[in-house]
Amino acid sequence: MCRLDGMAKQTQFFDEMTGRGNGPRAPYEDYCAWFKNEDTARLLAKSEEAEALFRLIGVTFNVYGDPDATERLIPFDLVPRIMAAREWAKVAKGIEQRVRALNAFLHDIYHRQEIIRAGRLPAEMIARNDAFLPQMIGMTPPGDIYTHIVGTDLVRTGDDEFYVLEDNARTPSGVSYMLENRETMLHMFPELFSKVKVQPVSQYPRSLRRSLSACAPNACEGRPTLAVLTPGIHNSAYYEHAFIADQMSAELVEGHDLRVVDGRVAMRTTRGYKPIDVLYRRVDDDFLDPLTFNPDSMLGVPGIMDVYRAGGVTIANAPGTGIADDKAIYSYMPDIVEFYTGEKAILQNVPTHRCSDSEALKYVLDNLADLVVKEVHGSGGYGMLVGPAASKKEIAAFRAKLEANPGNYIAQPTLALSTVPILTEAGLAPRHVDLRPFVLVSPDRIEITPGGLTRVALTEGSLVVNSSQGGGTKDTWVLEE
Amino acid sequence: MTMRLNVEHRTHYTYNAPVPYGLQQVRLRPKSRPGQLVETWDIEVLGGQVEVAFEDEHANSVDLVSFTPGQSEIEIICRGTVTTEDRAGVVGPQGGFVPLWLFQRSTDLTKPGDGTAALVAATTRQDDDLSTLHALSALVLSRIPYSTDQAAPDLTAEDVITLGHGVCQDHAHVFITAARAMGFPARYVSGYLMMNDRVDQDASHAWAEVHVPSLGWVGFDVSNGISPDARYIRVATGLDYRGAAPISGLRYGLAGEAMSVSLQVQQQ
Repeated sequence: MCRLDGMAKQTQFFDEMTGRGNGPRAPYEDYCAWFKNEDTARLLAKSEEAEALFRLIGVTFNVYGDPDATERLIPFDLVPRIMAAREWAKVAKGIEQRVRALNAFLHDIYHRQEIIRAGRLPAEMIARNDAFLPQMIGMTPPGDIYTHIVGTDLVRTGDDEFYVLEDNARTPSGVSYMLENRETMLHMFPELFSKVKVQPVSQYPRSLRRSLSACAPNACEGRPTLAVLTPGIHNSAYYEHAFIADQMSAELVEGHDLRVVDGRVAMRTTRGYKPIDVLYRRVDDDFLDPLTFNPDSMLGVPGIMDVYRAGGVTIANAPGTGIADDKAIYSYMPDIVEFYTGEKAILQNVPTHRCSDSEALKYVLDNLADLVVKEVHGSGGYGMLVGPAASKKEIAAFRAKLEANPGNYIAQPTLALSTVPILTEAGLAPRHVDLRPFVLVSPDRIEITPGGLTRVALTEGSLVVNSSQGGGTKDTWVLEE
Repeated sequence: MTMRLNVEHRTHYTYNAPVPYGLQQVRLRPKSRPGQLVETWDIEVLGGQVEVAFEDEHANSVDLVSFTPGQSEIEIICRGTVTTEDRAGVVGPQGGFVPLWLFQRSTDLTKPGDGTAALVAATTRQDDDLSTLHALSALVLSRIPYSTDQAAPDLTAEDVITLGHGVCQDHAHVFITAARAMGFPARYVSGYLMMNDRVDQDASHAWAEVHVPSLGWVGFDVSNGISPDARYIRVATGLDYRGAAPISGLRYGLAGEAMSVSLQVQQQ
């Protein structure tokens, strides 16, 4: 039995280690057997060792809007989050269904818009969607894949209850943490991995390479050349861009390293210009091409959209995929899944109130203290209200913003997010978590790395797991069958 | 009535210093469509090369041209023969994938303001859409007479209304902005017009098209107070000038640019 100090009385939330407080659940049995023989002081020392290791490697991020912004470390907690193979299989099946539907949806929106003609999605949802790019109309990317790399955010509320929180079809970040977290755990606790059989994640960079290569354009001759396009060292995720490029043996490039040469997008090398077949870009749509989008952008590649539309390069993820990340579109996902797959959605959506609707708005304004309110285009936990955790003053301020521009917001009930213990000075203590699995889409398969990135709200009782808002991460284990 | 028109259109850019790198998006290939048959059409680039060609979302044929590094001039020459037919400006139903609501979007150049509202208010609504739009066209021309003084490519519709005169591009922007404000999908057209009395034309032409439920797209040349006939060659369409511009570019370096255009359109 684990020393679950302070955990036994947890019954309001589902704890993934102890259920409703009844001792270790099956997936945690082997881990708990190991843990009970460990000394808390030794583990706390290991914790510091892990932090030193992360600092050494340089896994850091920046927080936007922080005037004292320097590079920060995302805190790492060494108690893994564990799922049984069977639990994971169902989640993975649900994600695959959802990602298939997303790609079909994106194709449809940029072609015949059957879902709108069928009356299942109002045209305003697209017409008013800032991420919709007219330049993508009629454009079928190589392999007909729009969202190559997806990070479907999930939360768990019970033994068999998972909800999708966000689809992140545009540019999910965080995969470097998934890989580094596992690496660190293997390094610190090699004996633990001989006692508990965990499905590996280290194949991710190879899978990413394979998956992107499978989407090479027709213009590609021989083995595809891959590159990662970064906005540069001042971007909060620069470390991850460099890491991914290194791990999958691709070039790390900035906009000024690339130009259009002989009908291709080519990078400057010591031996002249070399064509790029697949560009994994971490530059937002608006900055991608000053000739087609924001003319003031210095981060992009002039003419890349023209080469793309002529079939000379693959851009991953495709421009314009952000329409699927809009939180108003999210509220239609159960319909979207059903429309394109002919099946009911396996994973549940969080019930969502669209504040553009006057009745929904009234309900939301009457219940602000109980709801989570988000901007439709927001991400990263910025600009949201968590009603139950907010002060009266914060709620009043948010009410004013909401009333001024209702269409900009959606609201959701506060979910009873599951907890997983973290290690504290006083022993194990439950903290709320979410999960971002990483999904790779190619024409012939959808590959989901077992597990993903578990984000944990380190403050007791907090439901906000974003790293920019004081969240940490955990290694995520999916056990072998 | 049909016409067979020969076009030679040269756009010549010179720079006061060599240009290290530059790109131009060229929308100068008319396409065959009902009422317009493109028999031959060639684009020649001096001082640069065509990198890629593609169709944009409005089915315009686009050529991406790069400057030969270190050049201080580039010339784009179009030559072709097009047979045209007078269809009283009717272009027909919307094809392709672009939803009609997109043509009701305002752009930076076609953002409605008080000037547009005043134009819309002063337009007499007729029994049929076509007559209403012709009334709007006539009103725009009467309030904003044609004049090449202060012609600038980046005037917004509201700027033009305030200025009180304009060229074909300005007329098209004002008309499009007002038509959208009245609830019609509307778009900008760039192309060629053979003026009857001359071979050498001043510049390429621009007009507008509006989608009316009964006919589909219908052209309105506000500057000339008519709907396009057999003397018009449609080349590219877009939400405004920027979306349909014959040439739009970007270049590195600080070299100053001068442009000259020679355009001949004549009946064979």
